[in-house]
Amino acid sequence: MSKVVIDGVSKTFGATRALERIDLSVEDNDFLCILGPSGCGKSTLLRVVAGLEVPSTGRVLLDGQAVTRPGPDRGMVFQSYTLFPWLSVRDNILFGTRSTQEKATRLIAQVGLRGFENHYPKQLSGGMQQRTALARALANDPKILLLDEPFGALDNQTRALMQELLLGIWEADRKTVLFVTHDIEEAIFMANRVAVMSARPGRLKSIVPIELQHPRHYTMKTTPEFSAYKARLTEDIRIEAMKTLELV
Amino acid sequence: MTPLKPVGPGARVALGLAFFVLFFAAWALATFGGYVSPTFLADPATMLREGWNLLVQHGFLKDILITIWRVFGGFVLAAAIGIPLGMAMGAYKPVEAFFEPFISFSRYLPASAFIPLLILWAGTGEAQKLLVIFVGSFFQIVLMVAIAVGNTRRDLVEAAYTLGASDRAVVRRVLLPSAAPEIAEISRLVLGWAWTYVIVAELIGASSGIGHMIMDSQALLNTGQIIFGIVVIGVIGLISDYLFKALNRRLFPWSLA
Repeated sequence: MSKVVIDGVSKTFGATRALERIDLSVEDNDFLCILGPSGCGKSTLLRVVAGLEVPSTGRVLLDGQAVTRPGPDRGMVFQSYTLFPWLSVRDNILFGTRSTQEKATRLIAQVGLRGFENHYPKQLSGGMQQRTALARALANDPKILLLDEPFGALDNQTRALMQELLLGIWEADRKTVLFVTHDIEEAIFMANRVAVMSARPGRLKSIVPIELQHPRHYTMKTTPEFSAYKARLTEDIRIEAMKTLELV
Repeated sequence: MTPLKPVGPGARVALGLAFFVLFFAAWALATFGGYVSPTFLADPATMLREGWNLLVQHGFLKDILITIWRVFGGFVLAAAIGIPLGMAMGAYKPVEAFFEPFISFSRYLPASAFIPLLILWAGTGEAQKLLVIFVGSFFQIVLMVAIAVGNTRRDLVEAAYTLGASDRAVVRRVLLPSAAPEIAEISRLVLGWAWTYVIVAELIGASSGIGHMIMDSQALLNTGQIIFGIVVIGVIGLISDYLFKALNRRLFPWSLA
């Protein structure tokens, strides 16, 4: 059974058509990346799934239930740093209504933040803040994890390490993940399937299954199979990016 | 000089003190040098002597304490009602729509213009003094607190909702803690203004307080006492401001770290 079903979702903001009739389903234990150029509406789609935006038409079902508002069953990590600045790392992870001390302790160790439990967000690097945000979302035991370019603001080296961390967590726990990114390598490295979105209005252009075996290692990024996926997706995205810039 | 380049702590203190020294030097030169008549401006030595007289002979300490009590009384009253109302307005837009136009109008009503009316209503006792400060502080606090709460980062609110927080929990666990340091800062600012209102209130229809002493001294042309009174207000303001800042730093270490 599909965990999340996106059923004919469109979204308009005034005269701007952000999303047009998106149909997409995310299976249990799936790791689906939504890949698209900036401004294609991929973040809006994720926000609709989170319940932070109401779709203009269509609906989102989670385990057969229509999504009407945000809830703890859909954990979200934002691109901007959204830790509560007045709470320590541990208290941020404990914020969720379903979080417990035991889960917080386990997750702090899992994301490598032991020794920083009592630090305030301002005292942490960007990578550490996003690790805390990931732990905070996981502590709530969501049915699905929604990630909106969570590593977009990080430098390249930190981003690569964060990808491995998230992938490691997924390989260990098989959480269902919906991951939005504009980074092609990131999408291939992490995903089971990559959904490519077209430029404004955002439509689903293609779904590419990534048949690279798990566990994945960063050295995989230089293999011929990886490059083949990269070549294909680069071509797809390039056309869409050109459309956004009105070059074609 | 390089723009925006920080200055060391030692140099900062030295520069700050240097201005006071220069100021007093200029004052001393103007008065001791005979450039300004003592009728208009007392010299620093006379000011200090008159101040000492005030304290030991005229019980000025009691006036100082009464004025401090009025400032804090009026301010606490305004904050106790104004902060919760401002929070409600910042968090709930219908509440804001209901109160905001009236309060925006009221904040421009000068507190000093209310003094004759307040004397009529409350006499010349303590209640009237507190009311002047209340009128001067209350509307400002409400509006500024409402803006501080309303400016809470939307992404933090969204994050809280995705973590399962209810509407009420978002107010209690996100809007209020997020606005708390700014509310403390607003309180510090408004307390400073309250000092202006209290002196105005004491200039008219009062029989005690620093403002009353200043008024009496004017009748006697005692500029030394007037200046001493003003300096006392400045010193108390400086101390209360410093204490408030220190308290805020202790209460909200996360906003500075």
